[in-house]
Amino acid sequence: MVRIELPYHLRRLARIDREVALDVEGTVTMTSVLDALETHYPMLRGTIREHGTLKRRPLIRFFACRQDISHDPVDTPLPEAVAAGTEPLLIVGAVAGG
Amino acid sequence: MSSVRVLVGTRKGAFILTSDGQRKNWSVDGPHFTGWEIYHLKGSPTDPNRIYCSQTSSWFGQIIQRSDDGGKTWNTPGGETMPSPYDPPGGVSNNFAYDTSPGTGRPLTTHQWYDGTQHPWEFKRVWHLEPSHTDPDVVYAGVEDAAMFRSTNGGQSWHELAALRAAEGEKWAPGAGGLGLHTILIDPTNPDRIYIAISSAGAFRTDDGGQSWKPINRGLKSEYIPDPDALVGHCVHRIALHPARPEVLYMQKHWDVMRTDDAGDHWYEISGNLPTDFGFPIDVHAHEPETIYVVPIKSDSEHIPPEGKLRVYRSRTGGNDWEPLTNGLPQKDCYVNVLRDAMAVDSLDDCGIYFGTTGGQVYASPDGGDTWTPIVRDLPAVLSVEVQTLK
Repeated sequence: MVRIELPYHLRRLARIDREVALDVEGTVTMTSVLDALETHYPMLRGTIREHGTLKRRPLIRFFACRQDISHDPVDTPLPEAVAAGTEPLLIVGAVAGG
Repeated sequence: MSSVRVLVGTRKGAFILTSDGQRKNWSVDGPHFTGWEIYHLKGSPTDPNRIYCSQTSSWFGQIIQRSDDGGKTWNTPGGETMPSPYDPPGGVSNNFAYDTSPGTGRPLTTHQWYDGTQHPWEFKRVWHLEPSHTDPDVVYAGVEDAAMFRSTNGGQSWHELAALRAAEGEKWAPGAGGLGLHTILIDPTNPDRIYIAISSAGAFRTDDGGQSWKPINRGLKSEYIPDPDALVGHCVHRIALHPARPEVLYMQKHWDVMRTDDAGDHWYEISGNLPTDFGFPIDVHAHEPETIYVVPIKSDSEHIPPEGKLRVYRSRTGGNDWEPLTNGLPQKDCYVNVLRDAMAVDSLDDCGIYFGTTGGQVYASPDGGDTWTPIVRDLPAVLSVEVQTLK
């Protein structure tokens, strides 16, 4: 199971409490994780990555194992600890404002 | 017994204000969608419990919410249930894809940017939702970058009426708030005739349900564009009509209050004795087609009421002769603004007028503007106000 932490507003939109745990088929990458997430929570489509292009929205960031992986190619395998579920994948709204 | 429901969109959520027909005692429900910008909410004229809501965020993009019980509960149309593996994909109610298909679409080229260069078309948010007058499942969306979308399934999916961008779209330019399609007026006597307005492009009309559009800006003069009489490029802030005379339109332009008596083919100025003819909202009395309301703002550079006095101006003569309405409104040290979609009227016998401010006040007048009372004083900045008159 891959564990995913969503930002507050997306948790409210998807009506979930805190962390999501999902089975992800095949190699665990950003693409496969987001595909699985959007299949289970279709209201999240368009909120993390754009419709059509599937590009990450500009003010969204991805963190894993204390690393910023926002700019890694989306088909790069995620760290083993994330794939194994011992570490969560963090989807974060960028700090913007003051 | 009649009652009134006021739908308020703010920078930090939606609020629903309700009262009986006396409009003296109000209850405030909200915030809904706390922390999100709510650009607009509007109820269906044929099913008042059906309310559409534009929920938006710079971080997370566009969400469409829909209520079928008058705002008590909300769902994202098409994405509200956990699908089984056998269901078709859901969650496309926020997919506003410009139509570039060969059959119905237009090539997505560029529009004019602030500096006069060309800039790619990019969807940002829904500014305005306009439900059909006849079918609660049909709703139009005005979006930024400017385009018109229609849903025929209650907001589950959207299709662009792409012919609008053919009306000299390459010359449209964003205003300070963006290239937003902010006004949609459906002719109540002819659903194929729709008026829309875009900042800073102008007003446009279709007479065939959106298959073709034409600019309707003759008579507008704007000194801030290279050709003051150009066919497009005018910063129209808002247009309004009375259902009994849908060919008469009133306009608050960037500067100038305007009127047309022939469905937009020719406009003439009715600013008359206003202290300033800059402003954002304009609306029409529910029972008096010649009675109109504006909120003059000092200038395009200073978006504050003149002299620190918040005054609604009313004309009972279809323009030119205006009177200030001040009873109950702050007459000193007031520096709020009233945005273009933040004024509305009810249709009770004694017509109620409502507006919201960037300071978070929502004012109501149950007597056509003679006296005003704040329904609520301390909401987040108000982006939009709509009123439902419930029988």
